[in-house]
Amino acid sequence: MIHNDNKLPDLPPPKNTTGVIGWAKENLFSSPLNTIFTIIGCYLLYISLVPAIEWAFIKADWLGDSREACTSGGACWVFITARLDQFIYGFYPEDLHWRVNIVFAIFSVLIAALVIEKTPYKGWIATFALVVFPVIAFFLLYGGGFGLKVVETHKWGGLMLTLVLAVVGIVAALPFGVLLALGRRSEMPVVKSFCVMFIEIWRGVPLITVLFMASVMLPLFIPEEVSFDKLLRALVGIVMFQSAYMAEVVRGGLQAIPKGQYEAAKALGLSYWKSMGLIILPQALKMMIPGIVNTFIALFKDTSLVLIIGLFDLLAIVQAGLSDPKWLGYSVEGYVFVAFVFWIFCFGMSRYSQALEKKLDTGHKS
Amino acid sequence: MPDNKHNLATGNVSFWNDPAKRSLLFQAILFIAVFAVGYIIYQNTQHNLESRGITTGFEFLDAEAGFGIIQSLIPYDETHSYGRTFVVGLLNTILVSALGVFFATILGFLIGIARLSHNWLISRIAAVYIEIFRNIPLLLQIFFWYFAVLRLLPGPRQSLEFSGIAFLNVRGIYLPSPILSEGFGWVLAALVIAVIAIVFIKRWAKKRQNTTGEQFPVFWASLAILIGLPFIVFLISGASLQWEIPELKGFNFRGGLTIIPELSALLIALTIYTAAFIAEIVRSGIESINKGQTEAAHALGINPGKTLQLVIIPQAMRVIIPPLTSQYLNLIKNSSLATAIGYPDLVSVFAGTTLNQTGQAIEVISMTMAVYLTLSLLVSLFMNWYNKRMALVER
Repeated sequence: MIHNDNKLPDLPPPKNTTGVIGWAKENLFSSPLNTIFTIIGCYLLYISLVPAIEWAFIKADWLGDSREACTSGGACWVFITARLDQFIYGFYPEDLHWRVNIVFAIFSVLIAALVIEKTPYKGWIATFALVVFPVIAFFLLYGGGFGLKVVETHKWGGLMLTLVLAVVGIVAALPFGVLLALGRRSEMPVVKSFCVMFIEIWRGVPLITVLFMASVMLPLFIPEEVSFDKLLRALVGIVMFQSAYMAEVVRGGLQAIPKGQYEAAKALGLSYWKSMGLIILPQALKMMIPGIVNTFIALFKDTSLVLIIGLFDLLAIVQAGLSDPKWLGYSVEGYVFVAFVFWIFCFGMSRYSQALEKKLDTGHKS
Repeated sequence: MPDNKHNLATGNVSFWNDPAKRSLLFQAILFIAVFAVGYIIYQNTQHNLESRGITTGFEFLDAEAGFGIIQSLIPYDETHSYGRTFVVGLLNTILVSALGVFFATILGFLIGIARLSHNWLISRIAAVYIEIFRNIPLLLQIFFWYFAVLRLLPGPRQSLEFSGIAFLNVRGIYLPSPILSEGFGWVLAALVIAVIAIVFIKRWAKKRQNTTGEQFPVFWASLAILIGLPFIVFLISGASLQWEIPELKGFNFRGGLTIIPELSALLIALTIYTAAFIAEIVRSGIESINKGQTEAAHALGINPGKTLQLVIIPQAMRVIIPPLTSQYLNLIKNSSLATAIGYPDLVSVFAGTTLNQTGQAIEVISMTMAVYLTLSLLVSLFMNWYNKRMALVER
C-alpha cells in the first residue's frame, strides 16, 4: 500500500476576493444599493474636491506684498503671508517679538516632553510647567522686571493671545474645578449647595453673556480706584465659566471610583484630604484625562468669542484685516487660514486624547 | 483619671477632632465669607452706580426704545418699549434655536448612520465631515457663511429665481407667504381631529394585536388621515388659502416671507456644527448595542427594517438621549453668537443695543442670564422626562 501523506498545496483564494478588486467588491459594491451610494459619494467628492484643490493650490498665489501679486485667479495666500506677523503677534512691538518666540519655544518643548511617553522626570517637568513656566512667561510677555520693557496687554493679539487665553483658562480652571467637584460631593449641605449653584448657573448660560458680564459688570463690583485690565476681566469670565465645566468632568471621574476605595481609605484612618490626594484623585484623574482634553478643545475654540468684547485674538485680527480697504474680497482665504490653525490644534488634541484613552484603558471595560 | 481630654467614650473630644463640629465651623466660615464678599460687591456697586449717575430698577423696560429691529415675530417699531425689545429678542432666539435643533437632529442622525455604513466611501466622507466641522470654532463658521458665502450671492435685480415664486439674493431668501382667510380655521380644526384620531387608532391597533395577534398598518393609516382629512376639508371649504408672491419693486422685493441672511447664516452654521457632535453621539449609541441583539433578532426571523425599529433604535436611544440633551442645550446657548453678525436675538438686541442705550448693565445682564437658565432648565426637564420614559426598566 502506498501512503501519500503529502497534502495538496493550498489553492490561493479566488482572485476576486483579494487585493484591490476584492476589497472594492466588499466595501464599495457589495449590493446594488451600495453601488449607488458609492457613485453618489464619488460624485460628491468630485464636485467638492476638484475645485477646492484647484483653488487652494494649483491656481493660488503665495508670495508678494500687495494684492497686485494675485493674478492666477485662485486663492490669494499673499494676504496671509504678508500679514502673518500680525496674525501671530497682534500689535506686539516688532523688536520685541523674540520674547514671544522664547515663550512659544519653551511651551512647545514642555508640551513635547509631557506628550512623549518615555521622557524621564515627568513629574518634575509637569511641576515646572505649572509653577515656574507661568512666571517666566508672564515676565517675558508683559515685561516689567529684569529690565524688560512693559508691553501693555491691549497690544497683545493674534495666535499669541489665543494661546494665552486658552492655556491660562485651562490651568486656572483645573484646580477650581477639582475643588468645586469635591464640594458638590461633600456631605456638608452649605458647601454642597453653594457648589451646585455655582456650577449650574455658569453651565446654564452662554459664554457670551459671561464675557459681557465680565466686561461691563465686573468694573462695577470693585472699588472705583482699582483699574482692571480688559484681558484680565475676560480671563476671570473664562475661568469661572470653564471651572464649572471642569467640575462636572471631575465629578464624573470621582463617581467612577468604586465605593470600596473610599471605605478602604477611611479604614486606614486617612484624613479627608489625604484620602482624596493619595487615593481617590490620582485614580479619578486618570479617568478624567480624556474629559479634560475635551474641555480644553472646547475652551480653545471658545476663546474666539473674546472678539465680541473687543480683544484681538486670532479670529478677530484676521476679521479686522479683512475690512482693510487694501485687501477687500479675500475673506475666504482669511477664514480658511484661521480654520486651518484652529483645526490643527483641536484635531491634534482630540487625537492625543483618543491615544491616551487607549493607553490608559486597563481592560475593565467589557 | 484627671487628664482625659481625648476619651471618646465620654464624648469629650477636642473641638478640632470632632468631624461634626468641625464641619459646622467650616460651613459657618464659608457662609460668612460668601456673604461678606456679596456685601462688599453690593457696596461697591452702589457706590459706582451713584458716582456714574446710573439709575437702578426695572422702570427702563417701559421707556421708548427708539431703535428698529430687522426681524420680529410680533409687531414692533421704534415707538415700542424696551420691554417689547426683550420679547422680540427672546422670540428670535427661540425661533433660531428651535429650527436649529430640528435641522441638526436630522442631519446629525443622517451623518451618524452614514458613519456606520458598510460602504467604505460613505463612512469615510461622514468621518471627514465630523472631524472638520467639530474642530473649527462655531463663530468662525458663522462668519464664513455670513461674510464669505452669502455675500457672494447676486444683488436683488439678478436674483436667483425659483419658478417665479421664490427668490434668493444677497438680501435674503424671499418666499411666498400664505394669506389665511376665514375658512382656514376649519382646516386647522381638521388637523387637530386627525391627530386625535391617530392616537385612538394606535391604541385600538395595539389592543387588537394583543388580543388577536393581527397587525394593523398604523403608520400608513395615520399618514393617510393626517394628510387626507385636512385636504378634504380644505377643498370643501373652498380652497381658502392664497399665496402672496414677493415682487421686485424698486431696489428690493416686497411682500411674501423674507428670511434674512443673518438668520440663514446662523442657522446653517449651528446646524452643521451641532450635527457633527450629534453624529458622534448617534454612532456611539448604535455601536453600544451588542451585535448579538441584531443576530438574535434575525434568528427570530425579524426583518432588518423591523430589527432596527424594534430592537436597535429603542436600546440605542437610551445611550443617545442624555448627551443629545447637552447638545440641544449647547445649541440654544450657542445661538447667542448671533450678536456677532447682527441677527436680532436676545443677546444682540437686549444685552447689546438696550444695554448700550440705558447703561443698566446689572438688570439687563441678569435678565438675559435668567432667560438662558430658564430655557436650559425647561429643555433638560423635558428631555429628562423623555429619558425616563425610554430608560431601561429593571426588576
